[in-house]
Amino acid sequence: MVPLNHYLILSAILFTIGTAGVFVRRNLITILLSVEIMLNAVNLTFVAFGRALGSADGQIIVFFVMTVAAAEAAVGLAIVIALFRHRESLNPESFASLKW
Amino acid sequence: MLLLIPLLPLLGFLVNASFGKRVSKAAAGAVACGAMLASFAVAVWSVARLVQLEPESRAIVDQIYSWITSGDFRADFTLRLDPLSAVMILVVTGIGSLIHVYSTAYMHEETDAEYARYFSYLNLFAAFMLVLVLGANFLVMFVGWEGVGLCSYLLIGFWFQKKSASDAGKKAFIVNRVGDWGFVLGVLLAFVRFGTVDFQEIARAVAPMSPEAGFGTVSAITLLLFVGATGKSAQIPLYVWLPDAMEGPTPVSALIHAATMVTAGVYMIGRNAVLFGHAPQTLTVVAVIGTATALMAGTIGLVQNDIKRVLAYSTVSQLGYMFLAMGVGAYAAGIFHLYTHAFFKALLFLGSGAVIHALAGEQDLRRMGGLKSQLPITYWTFLIGAIAIAGVPGLAGFFSKDEILFRTFAGGHLILWTVGILTSLLTAVYMFRVVFLTFHGPRAPEPVGPEHAEEKEPAAHAVAGPAATGTHPPQQSGPTHQVHSTHPGRGAHGSGGAHLHDAPPAMALALIVLAIGSVLAGYVSLGGRFEHFLEPSFAPQPVAEVADQGLELTLMVVSSLVAVAGIAVAAYFFVKNRRAADRVAEQFAGAHRVLEHKYYVDEIYDATVVEPIRMTSENALWKVIDVRVIDGAVNGVAETVGGASELLRRLQTGSVRAYAASLFLGVVLILGYYLWP
Repeated sequence: MVPLNHYLILSAILFTIGTAGVFVRRNLITILLSVEIMLNAVNLTFVAFGRALGSADGQIIVFFVMTVAAAEAAVGLAIVIALFRHRESLNPESFASLKW
Repeated sequence: MLLLIPLLPLLGFLVNASFGKRVSKAAAGAVACGAMLASFAVAVWSVARLVQLEPESRAIVDQIYSWITSGDFRADFTLRLDPLSAVMILVVTGIGSLIHVYSTAYMHEETDAEYARYFSYLNLFAAFMLVLVLGANFLVMFVGWEGVGLCSYLLIGFWFQKKSASDAGKKAFIVNRVGDWGFVLGVLLAFVRFGTVDFQEIARAVAPMSPEAGFGTVSAITLLLFVGATGKSAQIPLYVWLPDAMEGPTPVSALIHAATMVTAGVYMIGRNAVLFGHAPQTLTVVAVIGTATALMAGTIGLVQNDIKRVLAYSTVSQLGYMFLAMGVGAYAAGIFHLYTHAFFKALLFLGSGAVIHALAGEQDLRRMGGLKSQLPITYWTFLIGAIAIAGVPGLAGFFSKDEILFRTFAGGHLILWTVGILTSLLTAVYMFRVVFLTFHGPRAPEPVGPEHAEEKEPAAHAVAGPAATGTHPPQQSGPTHQVHSTHPGRGAHGSGGAHLHDAPPAMALALIVLAIGSVLAGYVSLGGRFEHFLEPSFAPQPVAEVADQGLELTLMVVSSLVAVAGIAVAAYFFVKNRRAADRVAEQFAGAHRVLEHKYYVDEIYDATVVEPIRMTSENALWKVIDVRVIDGAVNGVAETVGGASELLRRLQTGSVRAYAASLFLGVVLILGYYLWP
């Protein structure tokens, strides 16, 4: 049986990858995918703890997170398409006009 | 049913105010006059019903609805008709109707909209005045009290494009505010003391008490109420607005500033006769102020040159008489003088209006003269009014003035009586000065008046057209009206034509009816009937019947002689020997100047009240408090927020990754804080 720590380390690595992706990538779709990786890293933590503690709570929360993630992906992609139509670009830097 | 009396003029006001601009003058005038006449009819009918009741319970009460209820405090919108208010509603609606009719001709040269505005104000005034006199408690009275003040302001400033008129309106309003402040305090104090504002209940509560020897609550209440009366009824020290109020149209001066509104203070004291009867200190103040005002205004009236101003000071002086009567406890005599005065003072004002109308806006006595033959109706009616006010036996003024002086004398107020009789002499002199300067003697040379008002002919026809038919002397009918200005009051046209037209029929009608009234109104008091009629309102009558027939007769002879002497003096100075008048004026140049400047009271008020307030407002309130403190606080808040925003806006870079980084950093910091061992 794989110990809990391994899951947690994997989750931390995935989360870091996702965060780094959000910071360094210049494509909005890639950034959205990085956010998905972060979410799934968290999901992994929940499931791992749920199994280690013998409780179903972790899995239930994961279902919620997945639902929200699906909704977020739908809305996020719709916004990205709208932005692309507007500027012909997916670089977040080109959407900086809404400031002082 | 009582409600109809004020309601009808109010309806007239609403109709004229809403639709007046779109209808013809005839329609607007008909609505206004119709409303007043209908109100008069209802008033007469109500009074007829009142008279049929038993003298002891002679009152009709009409509780319209419960107005204010708050804890112990209760004020109903109740109208109450008793003998005192009966006299008042008859005066207000009767004389009011006549003046409405008169105004249809007098204001005819206004545009349709102005004409309707004028009549709507006049109707509104009548409605408020009727509420004032019919109200059964202080609050209802106060509604009318403030309402008539408003209408007075609106009508004084009717020709508001003229600076002096709008100034006069403001002056009247502000001076009245001072009086109203006293009135409100008096009402509040009465409520604190008696727990009610109803006239009847206050009278019942105060009746068993003995008159206050010192200066107690009742004295304070009555004195405060009297402050209100000095404002509304133009007594020292608040009389200054009334002479200026002559900037309004002349019929307004007749109705509001002579016959009705200014008598509200007298009426208010009469209404609270029992209360005032228990405050001898206040009554002394009332009597002294009244007498002083009568004398002061009488002397000023002697030298004024504006025909309406003389009449205004005469009104102030006669109101002083009424307050003298109230002060010596002769309430019925005071109200009687109010009633007769309404006739002859309205008549005099309307007569002066007819003169001004004929002379195209000229008001200066020095430029009149010799109008007797040209304006016969005006002359004779004006003469009757002057004789009546002078107190010649047989006419209305004699009865009432004599009654007041007799009661003063019988009450042992010898000084007040002397001043009163002196004022009576002055009254005769200044009234006949006006008569002689206006109607007798040579026509004074006209000031330059280049534009002969030939082009105004259509307007003149519109006014005098119907005059051609009917009962008027021939000279004023036909095509002889050469002179007519656009506007009495504004008109600056010289009256070059030799033939002036006398009052048109609507004006003549009012003049003649009032002249008849000025002759006959006094006779209702024969045998003490008037007093007897009013008794329920003043019961218990504080003045005992000490009538010494011989004394009364002597005093009557004295006051008649004084009146005749006054007329004779005026005749000597202003008909026989006008130079003598000038010589006297030169001899007492100092006194003459003081009188001409009205004792410099306006200047004194200006220096002691108006200027300090203006200076404080400008230098302290405006330039320091307003600009520095209030504006400073507001602008300071805005500047602080602006400065802070200037710093904070730098955080909003618009770069998504910068936001994400700061979010991440924040989460790391918070987690670090909690997880650090």
